[in-house]
Amino acid sequence: MTLATIGTVARRGATGFERKRTDVAGGLFKALILSALVVSLLVLAVLLIDTVADAWSQLSTRAWDFLNGSLRSRSIDDKLGVKQGLYGSFWIGVFVALTAFPIGVGAAIYLEEYAAKSRLAALIELVIRNLAGVPSVVYGLLGLFLFVERSTVFGFVGLGWLADATGGRSVLSAGLTLAVLVLPIVIITAQEAVRSVPSGLKEGAYGLGATKSEMVWTQILPYAAPGILTGTLLAMSRAIGEAAPLILVGAITGGLTRNPELWDASGLREKFTALPIIIVEWVSERGRDPGFAEAAAAAIVVLLVLVLLLNMTAILLRNRFERKRG
Amino acid sequence: MTAIDDMTEGRDSEPLGEVGAESPAMPEVVFDVEELSVYYGEFQAVQDASLKVHENEITAFIGPSGCGKTTLLRCFNRMNDLIETAKVTGSLRYHGVDLYDSKVDAVEVRRRIGMVFQKPNPFPKSIRANVAYGPRVAGLAKKGPVMDDIVENSLRKAALWDEVKDRLDDNALGLSGGQQQRLCIARAIATDPDVLLMDEPCSALDPIATTRIEELMHGLKDDYSIVIVTHNMQQAARVSDRTAFFSVNVNPDSDNRTGILVEYDSTQQIFSNPSDERTENYVTGRFG
Repeated sequence: MTLATIGTVARRGATGFERKRTDVAGGLFKALILSALVVSLLVLAVLLIDTVADAWSQLSTRAWDFLNGSLRSRSIDDKLGVKQGLYGSFWIGVFVALTAFPIGVGAAIYLEEYAAKSRLAALIELVIRNLAGVPSVVYGLLGLFLFVERSTVFGFVGLGWLADATGGRSVLSAGLTLAVLVLPIVIITAQEAVRSVPSGLKEGAYGLGATKSEMVWTQILPYAAPGILTGTLLAMSRAIGEAAPLILVGAITGGLTRNPELWDASGLREKFTALPIIIVEWVSERGRDPGFAEAAAAAIVVLLVLVLLLNMTAILLRNRFERKRG
Repeated sequence: MTAIDDMTEGRDSEPLGEVGAESPAMPEVVFDVEELSVYYGEFQAVQDASLKVHENEITAFIGPSGCGKTTLLRCFNRMNDLIETAKVTGSLRYHGVDLYDSKVDAVEVRRRIGMVFQKPNPFPKSIRANVAYGPRVAGLAKKGPVMDDIVENSLRKAALWDEVKDRLDDNALGLSGGQQQRLCIARAIATDPDVLLMDEPCSALDPIATTRIEELMHGLKDDYSIVIVTHNMQQAARVSDRTAFFSVNVNPDSDNRTGILVEYDSTQQIFSNPSDERTENYVTGRFG
């Protein structure tokens, strides 16, 4: 830029800034994206309000009994409730956490820190990403084959011992099936958390003579912990909301004789049900007995609260860890 | 000597007097680099570098960006091992021991040869835990008075003790940039290394913090041999005893840029009377 042009710019001063026309396209665009937000919130609000309103007759009068009751054939039964479903869903969550968490985190750390960057590694990564998108009903079939029936693979690898261990159509089978279902999600979120560890921290540890495993334990895991935990809790809440795989694995609503306490582990290898299954069952019963519509709504509220609690824990844990790492 | 024997598990050590014998006034050679080349896959980053780093001296690597000075520095404690495709040819001897010998454990090398990085990288832990990290992984000490002594001495040597002695358990990320970098120096010293490698340690710091680090280096030189990479010529002139000037060779066919060592001499010689025209052009500010 020559001196002369600089002079011109300076002489023009601050003129020409006045608004010449209204920005119609810009305004329209803003209105459009705002309405997108409003619509999505509105749908959620209607759903929530409608469900809570339906559930009110159950929850306002006998919330505690509803939480402690069991499956009944009539909706006005005093002992009607979701405890058997809570039991199933609770233990499914526990098994998902106990199996998908360590396996998922281990696989993620191996892929990110140990595996050589090869075509095979890239292929495995792609496969995992695709597995996360496989419909849950397919995992239900896998669970049926692996954990429920005494199957044989390729005609000679017997899996009977697996079915023996899980007791067939049991909470254990359901928990393991859903663990397999969420495993890809856990691996992917854990991989992202591991990848987000600053290279400076890794180099700092290596530079001080840390071995790879020391580096993983002292740098990667603490730094990635919030991300990993959040991912696992979200995966758990996904697992708790699934119904389709449970139907295949054999969750039932009729013929459940026991109503065990939540922490009573003796029912883990027996016939079971879960909250989503109860909801499906009661919704389908409402033609015969309209009271079940309200019971179903109440069960939905219970499931929603459960899932919200998990998500809230995830957020709280993440915030706490993030504060800790500064 | 016993320490070096540990590293190579009984390998016959070279007599250390050999190199010193050629010029009795010279301090002992710490690193003897001969015809060292570094490749990243097919790409050659450094070509045939040869130089000797002497004990209790500060050796500066200067040159334009992409000239391979950091790459060469990262060979000295085998940090390049972390890059999968990296390959080193030629010889790099540390007190006579070939660092790239298959028997040498890179982890052990890094405990003996400390490194300070371009950007201060304290761990998101307490100041104490940062300094204690190296001794802890090396199994030198765990907790208690022994570790307290290591922490205090390291922080004193890094001229940070007085500023942090009352808040050793605070998170290190609360320190200023200059303090963080001195903490990283303290952390490197805590493993009791023989050599400190510094990769542009002041490039992320303001002038005042830079001055403090430079003063610190003058004091550290009595106990350690220091190799510093810097893009700041004045810094090299101020702190170093010897300077190596690197430049870039551009391959006209592939457009690959390979770093070459142009000239290595006493710092005074490099800045006042360089023998290579390229060095002269660089130190007088005509290019780079």
